This record gives sequence, structure tokens and C-alpha cells, in this order.
Amino acid sequence: MGRAIIGGKAYVVGDNIDTDQIIPAQYLSLVPTIREEYERLGSYALSGLPVERYPQRLTEAGRVPCPYRVIIAGRNFGCGSSREHAPIALGAAGIRVVIAESFARIFFRNCLATGELYPIQSSYRLNDGFETGDVVEVDLRSTTLRGANSSCGYPLTPLGEAEKVVAAGGLFHYARRMGLVRERSEAS
Amino acid sequence: MTLTEKLLARAAGKKNVASGETVLVDVDVLMTHDVCGPGTIGVFKREFGETARVWDPDRVVIIPDHYIFTTDQRSNRNVDILREFVREQGIRHFYDVIDDPTGVWRFDPSRGPLAAQFGSRYAGVCHIALAEKGHTRPGEVLVGTDSHTCTAGAFNAFATGIGNTDAAFVLGTGKILLRVPETMRFMLDGAMGPGVMAKDVILHIIGEIGFDGATYRAMEFGGNGVSGLDIDDRMTIANMGVEAGAKNAIFEADAQTTAFVDARMKEHGTTRPYEAVSPDAEAKYLSTLRVDLAEVEPTVAVPPDPSRRAAARDLTDVKLDRAYIGSCTGGKASDFLAFASIVQGRQVKIDTFGVPATPAIVASLKESLLNGKSVWDILRDAGVRMTENPGCAACLGGPADTFGRINEPMKCISTTNRNFPGRMGHPDGQVFLASPYTVAASALAGHVADPRDYLQS
Ligand code: SF4
Repeated sequence: MGRAIIGGKAYVVGDNIDTDQIIPAQYLSLVPTIREEYERLGSYALSGLPVERYPQRLTEAGRVPCPYRVIIAGRNFGCGSSREHAPIALGAAGIRVVIAESFARIFFRNCLATGELYPIQSSYRLNDGFETGDVVEVDLRSTTLRGANSSCGYPLTPLGEAEKVVAAGGLFHYARRMGLVRERSEAS
Repeated sequence: MTLTEKLLARAAGKKNVASGETVLVDVDVLMTHDVCGPGTIGVFKREFGETARVWDPDRVVIIPDHYIFTTDQRSNRNVDILREFVREQGIRHFYDVIDDPTGVWRFDPSRGPLAAQFGSRYAGVCHIALAEKGHTRPGEVLVGTDSHTCTAGAFNAFATGIGNTDAAFVLGTGKILLRVPETMRFMLDGAMGPGVMAKDVILHIIGEIGFDGATYRAMEFGGNGVSGLDIDDRMTIANMGVEAGAKNAIFEADAQTTAFVDARMKEHGTTRPYEAVSPDAEAKYLSTLRVDLAEVEPTVAVPPDPSRRAAARDLTDVKLDRAYIGSCTGGKASDFLAFASIVQGRQVKIDTFGVPATPAIVASLKESLLNGKSVWDILRDAGVRMTENPGCAACLGGPADTFGRINEPMKCISTTNRNFPGRMGHPDGQVFLASPYTVAASALAGHVADPRDYLQS
């Protein structure tokens, strides 16, 4: 984390991708803080998407990291449950940024808290203009999204203070920096 | 200030807060369950150290309820992880599945899914259990690792769902960073007509403002119709605030609220002083929506999201395979009573599953009589498969052996709260959300039905 430019293949989805589609409920017994279970969560990321609409899967045969680094979505990405398994599954699959027209609140908050992903809003609909497999570049400094063979960039909404939380590696790193919790060495 | 602003200002130790401001707030209650508890504990130990102590063992409430009556071993193990943490930390409010504090939980499938299989402390679905056990108090800040934590807003609490990492932060510090949300005001006026329930009111509102209409915002309910809504009605409405994206949903407190809360606290030894909050007359709202309760009709949300609103009477050509009554939205005693009043003396036409939210509800359904017969027997004799094992069950699918889970593509009408693809199990299953009245009428008809055609005296 903390790199200014994130590039790679994009995976494109529609509106209302809820947490059951991001990580189906039967995998919630996996505990994200247990290393092997974290990786298994990654292998199931977005496996709840209907196959007819999304024949290309995020993780083919559960292989992680997946070939994609960026998700481009429509409205209300991450709606549904409070499960932190959702941003964690995407992060464990190798996704670094989700760009959406809007995010559900708890999902957005969980991206920051875990430091797994940058959740970036775009003020207009980008998921219609891109296809799964397109190579893109997200510049976190100027907050723009660029297609590999296009010179024009799409401006995204700056994350503001929230970017520092993700860049720091999540809530606890950030809170230590701000003096809200003690350093780990003195913690216990 | 609005109700939410005033409450958060007090919890942050400030005179005033404005929407958009980020404040560090004192938490009164942290709730977690078997799905998110183990991960929360993992983050807590990673960040604060193996020997760290929680900030206040009396303010942590742990309620296993999601994946309980299943042979899935990892799910059983997760309940055991909670038990071990509770023992280590001296946490007082743990509603364990079993009575032995050093035991392990294993579901025994040979006893079948219907007969009770839990100990004396088990409390069932967390949001209903929190209220029953006296953990929801006016004016308090209650956070939980579950999106429907907003249910406690029915009791004038600021209540919201958070993730594991945030919850671990609360466990260690007793505080949480919150952005003060803007408030949308909903004026509920008048009274609901026959055959209409609180579930119809909230489905109506979500249809009105959209599935993300309240994202990042507070929903505040007032108006002259609120006094006519009982505690269960208010819980149903607050519960589904998150289906419109809301951060929290909150009601003003009245005599009904304090009577309910005081009685539950006294019964369960959870008494502590609280102070309700009401909005200022000059509070600034982002928007105000007036809802005439008399005009709300039996309403259904068709798949694939809770905002696809339709009138039940316009959907009678939708044939159904299954009906389900349960969950934190529609598994309360009053929900089963409404269901029973429709199916009484009749037979359901499709597979119908009943999962009460808590053991106390199971007991009350067996005791309370309707025309001389217990509510429980009325449902069972009508052909409903009633389980004595309360919990989340098929509301969110769960492991394959979960009671009522949709394991093949089928159409189900349900008193639950979400109908996204795959919510109740199979990704191609379709879930229609409706009130207990509408689900009961539809179970009798075998297709979506308007309960007003099935009311009996
Ligand atoms: S009953 Fe359903 S919505 Fe309520 S807490 Fe359980 S899984 Fe969540």
C-alpha cells in the first residue's frame, strides 16, 4: 500500500453488488485473521456473482492472486451485511482499488479500517465505458483513472483524509500515528 | 440539533456537533456474534497484544446466533472461540449455546432440526435478544458487528453496524470515530389499515427513497402515528433502515419505550441509568418525508433488491415454491401471531418454514392462545414446519444443512429483510420480501396474495 499509481487489469461489474455476491455466506465461517483462512477467502472473492452475467470469474479455479487489480462498479457497491470478510476477500484476491459510482457505508468504512483496498468514488458512471480485462491505471495523487491505450483520464473523487487511513495500512496504523492508541510494543 | 446529532454530541462530550464532523465517541455497548466475533477477537489480539484486556467486560455483549444448528465444524468451532474469549476476559453477557463454560458446541443432526437443542442461556437472534435482555437503552451508543444493529434505534439509541477492525478498536478503547450523519426526517401520521403491518411501512419507504436513498445518513422517525406503533413495529422499521443504506435509524422515546426497557432491565439484571434524547424544534433536516400510514398497502419487495416495491395485489400471478417466517425483521412473537390469525384453521399450500427469533418467543408462542389454541399449534396444524431452535437460520443462507435454506432455484416469500441474489442460499433462488400477513396469505394461496382477502375475525 501507499503507492501513488496502481495499474493492472480491471474487472467490471454492475449496480448493487452486495456482500453476499462479494463473499457468499457459506464462507463466513472462515476467520480472516487466521492466515490460511484469509487466503481461502480470497479464492472465493466475487464467487456469488451469477455465472450467466459474469462468465469470466474473478478468480479462475480459486487461484490467487487473481489477474485483476482494479474493480470498476456501478451504484451501491458493497451493500448488505457488515461482514469485513468482503473487503478482505477482495484484498486477499489481489484487488487494490474499487472504483464505484457509490458505496454502501459499512463496506466503505471496512475498506479503510482494514487497509485492504482504496474505495474510490466516481461522480459519473464508469462501468459502462470499460470491459473486464481492460488494462487501467489509477493515479492516487491526481485521483484519475486512465485506460492503457487512451490519453484522456477520468477524474475521480479524492478520498481526502480517508486515503491516509488506507495508505497507513488501516485504522490501527492510522490511530497509532494520531496517538489514539498506544504503540503495540507497550500495548500488552 | 437532530436526535442523532444531539445524542452523538453528548457521547463525544461536546455541546454541539454538526453533520459532516468526525467525532470520537464513547461506546455504551458493543455487540458481536459467531460470524464476526472470532475475527474481531483476532484483530484485538493482533493489535493490543495477546494478554490485552477489553475496555469494560460489562459492556461487551456476545450473542452466537448465525450458524448454530449446523454440522459445519468451522461454524461450531467459532462458537467455541467466543466461549474461550469470554472466559479469559470475564465477559458477563455471553448468551452461549451450551451451559458448560468449558464445553464444546456440537450440533447433533440425529435429533432432527425441529427439537430444541440448546442450553439455558442461549438467546437467539442478536438484535431481538439485545432488546429482550435489556441491553437497548434510550440515549446510548450501541455498536455491533452486524448491519442490522440499527434495530436498537427503535429504543432511541444511536445504533449502527461496524466491521471487525472497528469493533476490535472499540474492544480495546471503548471509543469509535464516527462521522456525524445528516438526518432525513420521516413523519409517520395516522394509523395503518387492516391487513397492513410495520413491514409494509418500511418497504414502502425504501421503495420511495431507493436502496441507497439514506446512505451515510440518519433516518429519524416521528409524527403522530408513532404512538400507535408498538415496540415490535418500531423495531421492524428501524431494522430495515440499513436496506436504504442508512447509518442509523432512530425513534423518539415515549412511555412505551421506557416501560419496555425498564421491565427488561429489571428482569435480567441489566439496569443502569439512561437519559433519552429528543430533537430540537429548530433541528435542521436534509429532507422531510410525510407518510400517511392509512395509505400504505400490503407491500412486497421483488428480487433482486429491497427497493423493488410492488403492491401484493398486483403480484397474484407470481407462483411460489416456499414461504418463510423468521429473522430479526419478521420472527418476533407479534409476527407469528399475525401469521397465525391468517392461517388459523386453514392449510398452507407450499413448503412453509417457521423460525422464531429467540427461545423466549418459542415459549410465548406455545403459551399464548388464539381462540383457545396456542399460536404454535395453530401454525403447526396449518402445515408450517416450526423449529424450536431459534436463530438466523436461512435468512442468510448459511451452511448447506441450515433449516429452511434454499438449495435449488426456487421462489420464496419471506418475512426477512434482504433479497439479493443468493441471500437465502442458492444464487438463482428468488426471494420476495413481505409482512407476516402477506407471507401467510401467500402460503395459503401458493402465489403472492393480498392478506386483506384472507383476514378472519
Ligand atoms: S436474522 Fe438475518 S438479518 Fe437478522 S441478524 Fe440474523 S442473518 Fe442478519
